[in-house]
Amino acid sequence: MTDAWFAGADPDDPESGATRVRTGRASAPADWPAEAVDAGFAADDTDYYAKLRSATLAAASEAVAERERADDVQLAHAVRAMDDAERTANELAERVVEWAGTLYEDVPRGLDGVRDIAARDPKTAAEERVVSYATRAVDLLDERDDLRAFIEERAPTTAPNLAEMAGPVLAARLIALAGGLESLAKKPSGTVQVLGAEDALFAHLKGRATSPKHGVIFTHEYVRGTRPQDRGSAARALAGKLSIAARIDHYSGDYRPDLHDELADRMATIRARADEEADE
Amino acid sequence: MSDDSAAGAEADLPEGVERRTFGGRERLSTRGAQVYGEPVDAEGWRAWDAGRSKLGAMLELGMDTGLVGDESVLYLGAASGTTVSHVADFAGPTYAVEFAPRPVRDLVGVAEDRTNLFPLLKDARDPESYAHVVESGIDCLVMDVATRGQATVAVRNRQFLADDGRLLMAVKARSEDVTAEPDDVFDDVVAELESAYEILDTARLDRFHADHLGIVARPK
Repeated sequence: MTDAWFAGADPDDPESGATRVRTGRASAPADWPAEAVDAGFAADDTDYYAKLRSATLAAASEAVAERERADDVQLAHAVRAMDDAERTANELAERVVEWAGTLYEDVPRGLDGVRDIAARDPKTAAEERVVSYATRAVDLLDERDDLRAFIEERAPTTAPNLAEMAGPVLAARLIALAGGLESLAKKPSGTVQVLGAEDALFAHLKGRATSPKHGVIFTHEYVRGTRPQDRGSAARALAGKLSIAARIDHYSGDYRPDLHDELADRMATIRARADEEADE
Repeated sequence: MSDDSAAGAEADLPEGVERRTFGGRERLSTRGAQVYGEPVDAEGWRAWDAGRSKLGAMLELGMDTGLVGDESVLYLGAASGTTVSHVADFAGPTYAVEFAPRPVRDLVGVAEDRTNLFPLLKDARDPESYAHVVESGIDCLVMDVATRGQATVAVRNRQFLADDGRLLMAVKARSEDVTAEPDDVFDDVVAELESAYEILDTARLDRFHADHLGIVARPK
């Protein structure tokens, strides 16, 4: 019996070969074209390579589709799209408010101003343009909100522990930065701690700066809400539990309440330092 | 640009790779379906951009790759198929291994236009996951994997190569260690390679790719 990809595959059905290409293994390569001809799988070399081509093309397409449709990939795209939408909306808003200020007297600043302008009834050609432009910006803001709602709904099923601990949006961000839930699960917690602070990290590694205390996890209340001199400890504790959460989500997928209690205890200890010093 | 670094004895190009004129400049080219918007001349030859291809740079710099054309190739780190499309144009059966799903989506498109290119979504660090597909006695192992442990990958994949086969490898210094001096990284990689390979030639590819070393080797 051979380990060859064509062993047990139907010569006339590329799909059966594709499954073997995807799931099979062998301890060493062999002269597969010759073996295939001997085994009657292919008439000659040319026929063998044609069959191999169909099977590998089908296998690669299926494997790509499966991996790209995966929930963590969808979450990563959604959070990047949400950030794009927000950044672009802000950029458009700046122009709208600037422009509308030359046409109207009472324009509120920022995104409120954009919604205000979009709701107006234009009377001149110029007003028509600026109102239309404001409408696009408002659409983009609505899209951002829809994307956020999508992430909030999806993250808890894709990564229950991570979403509970980090919040759905930060969970999606960590997954996006790591390149997937599996990659996040395989990263040491020190890496999770500085995900999103790559510029600062490389500056540090090249000896130009101190090591960053936190990356994107700074947005978490446990880090941001802790006084500056304890933030390093808070970020380290949070990152440690986040990487455990990612591992549980990737390898088992069940919700573990204990994990979240442990983190809450640890944070209480870190924050108590501030109170102790205040008492002294 | 003057061709100073490739002066001296220049190795012959493999059959199916030619220097032809595109936009008044002589460039490498192969003949096949267009892939990434590269210039194509009236006879169907498409320019091979050495700035986007480490193997293209090795040929452009006149390294003796030992390629003659029509050999069987195992290409590790095929990415979206820019370089491997040119390889399949002049080589025989060409196995293209790439680990990341997104580029493989493009690689499948490249393979659909070619009869001798077999895309594999596999991890080059785990050769047993494709040893049931890739044949033994491969003439040429091309490696362009941007991960740590590039030499280890080359050693593990030695088993696919024929005894008189060639390893053509582009080492990216920054994949091994972003902070170390590239020369130190290259020394370490070459030292590890020497456990399984005899090094025939090395050259810095800096003219086309910063901090990369091209290596030609054969199995020991």
